[in-house]
Formats: sequence, C-alpha cells, structure tokens
Amino acid sequence: MGLLDTLHDQVDYSIPNDKTGEGSVVVTSVDALFNWARLSSLWQMGFGLACCAIEMMATSASRFDMMRFGVIPRPSPRQSDVIIISGTVTLKMASRIKMLYEQMPDPKYVISMGACATCGGPYWEHGYHVLKGVDRVIPVDVYVPGCPPRPEALLEGLMRLQEKVRQETTKTV
Amino acid sequence: MINEFSHVFAFIILSLIFVAGGIVTNRILRPSRPNEFKLSAYECGEDPVGNSWLKFNNRFYVVALIFVLFDVEMVFLFPWALVYKEMGLIAFVEMFAFLGILIVGFAYAWAKGDLDWVRPKPYVAKLETLVSRDKPRLIPQKPSTQSEPAIGGQPA
Repeated sequence: MGLLDTLHDQVDYSIPNDKTGEGSVVVTSVDALFNWARLSSLWQMGFGLACCAIEMMATSASRFDMMRFGVIPRPSPRQSDVIIISGTVTLKMASRIKMLYEQMPDPKYVISMGACATCGGPYWEHGYHVLKGVDRVIPVDVYVPGCPPRPEALLEGLMRLQEKVRQETTKTV
Repeated sequence: MINEFSHVFAFIILSLIFVAGGIVTNRILRPSRPNEFKLSAYECGEDPVGNSWLKFNNRFYVVALIFVLFDVEMVFLFPWALVYKEMGLIAFVEMFAFLGILIVGFAYAWAKGDLDWVRPKPYVAKLETLVSRDKPRLIPQKPSTQSEPAIGGQPA
C-alpha cells in the first residue's frame, strides 16, 4: 500500500449537500455582471519598456502569479484590456505607445508602473529624451509608485484597477 | 432515424449555434469605437508601411514541391521498413518501383535546373519597391506641443 493510497483513505470525497449550488438562482444587475466579467479577466498587453518590465515579468511568474487575477499576457493589442507601461517612456516610444493604446479595443485600461512612466523618474530634469509621464500621451487609470515597484506593489495596483472597474457603469464605459 | 451520424450532425448544429451566439452577443454588448488607428494594421506600434500583399519569388514554390515529394516518400518508407521482413521480395520490388518513379521526377527537376538556386539563365522578376513615399501613409498623432515638455526643461 503506497503513500497515496494512505492519503486517499483519509480524504472525504463526498460532496456536501449545501455546497452544490443546485436549485439556486443568482440575481445580479447588468453592471455588476459586466464589471465582474471585465475585472476578472484583465488581459494584459505583453509590453515591457525598461527595468520595471523585469519586475512585471516576476509578477507574471509563479512566485507572485498575476494569472490568478485573470491577467494573461497577450501578444496583440487587439486582445488586450490593460496595458502596463512598465518603464521609461522615451520620446521616440511615446508615439508608439499612443498607437498601441489606440489599437486596443474598448474598454481599455492603463497602469503606469514606476516613477519613470508616472513622471519621468530620475530623468525628470535632465532627461532630454524622456517623456515626463505617460499620462501626457494616454489616460492613466492607476499609478504604481516605486523605482522599480516590487511585484507586490504591481499586484496592489492591479487590485486597485479591479476596484475601479467594479465601480463602472455601462453608461460610462 | 437516430443513427451514428445524427449525433455528429447534432454536434455540428449545436457548435454553430454556440459560436454564432457568442459572436452575436459580443457584437450587441461590446462598445464599438473605431478610429483611424484602431482600424490600421498592427505592426508593433509602427507605421504600417507598404502593401501587405508581398510578391514572393516563384522558386520557393518549386522548392516546396520537391520537399513535399521527399517528405511523402519518407512517410511511406517508415511503415514499409516495419513490414519489410514479413513481405520480403514483393515489398522490396514495390518500394523500389515507387522510389524509381519519384527519382524520375527528381531527375527531371534536376535536369531543368530547378535544384540550382541561381539558374543558368536567371529570370529577373520585376519587384515593385516596398516602401513608397508617394502613397499616403498612416501617421500617428504626436502628443500636442502643449503637453510636450521642452528639452531639459520643466513641463509646461
């Protein structure tokens, strides 16, 4: 008798009657349903700019596991809901970011990750090539401070974005 | 009238309804705000330049055909190798007849010079230039000059 068999005997596999959900009816509003669907599957545009992107990758990886919030990196803006501006936005990149943002389908959200994307960061004064904040190009929903932010901070920003989506109505989207 | 294929037919009908229902529901519910940029081709944020209908060299076609010839030959050779011992001489003769036919075709392509990438009398295809400056191109709007920070200076 193996170890797994021992464990198998210890597990109660019976289904509790009060947890099957049979015969129940869920009542909700259209807004709540849409918002729940949207905030539970915020597909992310696979897009990294600078060192913040390393932290974003760490957030996607198994230790922090952004996918448990329904955030899946997508290779195309056509399939994305949220774009995480992770890093320094150079002036050359700004028009590209604007283009990518415009190519995402509505409703779309923006997370500005780190000091560079939020306000220029260490390049705020002498960075002749850096856009002083990505919100000069596209509207930002959530700013995540840090240089770079830890993965926990990005997760916090993501949950703040989910809270924002939860309060939307179909009229405003 | 319920036979085995009826289940398949029911599956086809149901899957069509399922897919069409999803697409129609999506079309009704989603916000639709097309603009010039959203409707343009996705080129990783770059300007879509030139036509997406590119012309490929005709010779790739010949190479692909010859590849398929020997690819299929290998597909037939593997099961042949498995049953070769049991069938004996018949398998030997038949497979070499098959290979002979293929080799005739191969020899034909070889004699025609299709195996040489640079043919003895090259036919130069006229290819239009891919980048045409004359045609109107999609230019993304740059951030307005007001919000554009001055070089090295404080944002306006």
